[in-house]
Amino acid sequence: MNPSPAIEVTNLGKTYGAVTAIEDLSLTVQTGEIFGLLGPNGAGKSTTLRILITVLPPSSGTARVLGHDVRTEADTVRSLIGYVPQERAIDRFLTGREHLELLGDLYHLPKHDAKTRIDELLRLVNLEEHADRVAKTYSGGMKRKLDIACGLLPNPNIVFLDEPTLGLDVQSRLRIWDYIRQLRDNGLTIVMTTNYLEEADQLCDRLAIIDHGNIRVTGSPKELKAGLGGDRLSVTIQHSTPEKLAKLSGGVRPLPFVRDIREVRNSLHIRVESPEKSLPAVMEVANHLDCAIDSIEYQRPRLEDVFVTYTGHPFTGEDPIIPKM
Amino acid sequence: MNVHHYRQEVLALTMRWVRRLSREKFSMLFTLVQPMLFWLIFFGSLFQRAADIQIIQAPNYMSFLAGGVVVMTVLNNGLAGGVDLLFDKENGFLERLMSTPIHRTSVIVSRYLFVITITGMQILVILSIAFIFGVRPETGLPGIAVMLVIGMLFGVGLTAISMAMAFSVKSHGDFFSVLGFLSLPMIFLSSALVPLSAMPGWMQVLALMNPMTWVIDAVRPLIITGWDAAIPQVAIALGILALFDALCLYGGTRAFRRAIG
Repeated sequence: MNPSPAIEVTNLGKTYGAVTAIEDLSLTVQTGEIFGLLGPNGAGKSTTLRILITVLPPSSGTARVLGHDVRTEADTVRSLIGYVPQERAIDRFLTGREHLELLGDLYHLPKHDAKTRIDELLRLVNLEEHADRVAKTYSGGMKRKLDIACGLLPNPNIVFLDEPTLGLDVQSRLRIWDYIRQLRDNGLTIVMTTNYLEEADQLCDRLAIIDHGNIRVTGSPKELKAGLGGDRLSVTIQHSTPEKLAKLSGGVRPLPFVRDIREVRNSLHIRVESPEKSLPAVMEVANHLDCAIDSIEYQRPRLEDVFVTYTGHPFTGEDPIIPKM
Repeated sequence: MNVHHYRQEVLALTMRWVRRLSREKFSMLFTLVQPMLFWLIFFGSLFQRAADIQIIQAPNYMSFLAGGVVVMTVLNNGLAGGVDLLFDKENGFLERLMSTPIHRTSVIVSRYLFVITITGMQILVILSIAFIFGVRPETGLPGIAVMLVIGMLFGVGLTAISMAMAFSVKSHGDFFSVLGFLSLPMIFLSSALVPLSAMPGWMQVLALMNPMTWVIDAVRPLIITGWDAAIPQVAIALGILALFDALCLYGGTRAFRRAIG
């Protein structure tokens, strides 16, 4: 049932002199998923990515990409993957088309195939009109699109993206997310690093939270958040007394979807499995017990809570403001 | 290694350097014109009367200086040869190149092809300008060919030093400080501007340890004296350059391995 994994990393380690960048890191990426490495700056996600794309040799452990060892079969790995670097790795004196032509030669594509592929990619990322302008005239978003086109040129099975939306405005960020989803839908495997919680949450099928060179937890954003024990209802009642709260608590406890109840000052924090069923049921119990509700607040667990739970410290990555969609 | 693939990579990478140069019009103008204008024409004319014919052993200062300017051009181009790789390293372009299935040496080889071709062209332009000012190389076209070979061999070692520095330094600030620190003393502590016999004793000692002196002393007789005087000097220079290049390439390879892995 399960196809062979796209990437298998076992006990990977990388040290620079006395500094340990990653240690005993293991992970598996399945074919056709968007896999995210989430962590603050300096956590080791870029180091991991660089080892996977064969530009950095590991100090210990093994990494296999599509079944090929990144150390002993580096050339095979390189010909099967595409890479979109973190920095705008753009030569400002070359045009967009010239970037792609250069890479076409580096991937040893025959000239004719390269030309067809380049036209196709320029159309995909909407850069056709600007293809013959030098890159120093490009906006940040255009450079990012060119970066992505470069990463896709070899028609890879896996694309690695290092912080794909770092420093982009909201519009461009959403557009890049769409491209990445499109690629996944076309059967590509995507591995990306990010230090945006929102991005990891909305874009990644599965993610690994990485901190201090180690993976703390792996799973889909949904699983990870659900693993915290479900959504939270905070119920505050009018003229609250400890007796009233205890009475309500006793009434709610037997409900089937309730996992945990805590009394916090003058309100009840209830962990529930399904907000749709629990909300009306809790209100009904409160009515029945004559506890007039002052306010009821419902909060989904956030990825940030997952991060704090597994690393023991708050997330320090910069999180941009994303409009509610 | 697939020869056809190797040629395709190296050609594409070399063309990138050519394109960059052709789009940086100002930079191109200054790199090409600066040595001729500043050193050959200004310096040559300025010291024309101040220089003692007896000491420089040449018909005039300009013809004495021509050989020095040829080698200075090789020095400057060679030492600056790694700059573009340094910027590629800093902005991530090098990593993008290295993530493609190219032979690890392709980038280096492309840079060599580019630097050496540009330097060769500059040498020809310098000799043409000198020609306009009346300098006629005694050994003619074959002598010019020998000059190009010597210049190329010197350039190989210098470019290796530059690339090794580009791969090793932490920031480009460091790179340019070292470059500035190296280049002028290399020129003044050599026979580029005055013959060794006109230097104070301590400077002579330092100049003799500078490979540039030996290279200039091989190029100069090709211009002002002729084959008889030139052949032994060329032979010595080739020996010294073989040693110099071997050392530089060894150091360069180590720096490259450390950086690329």
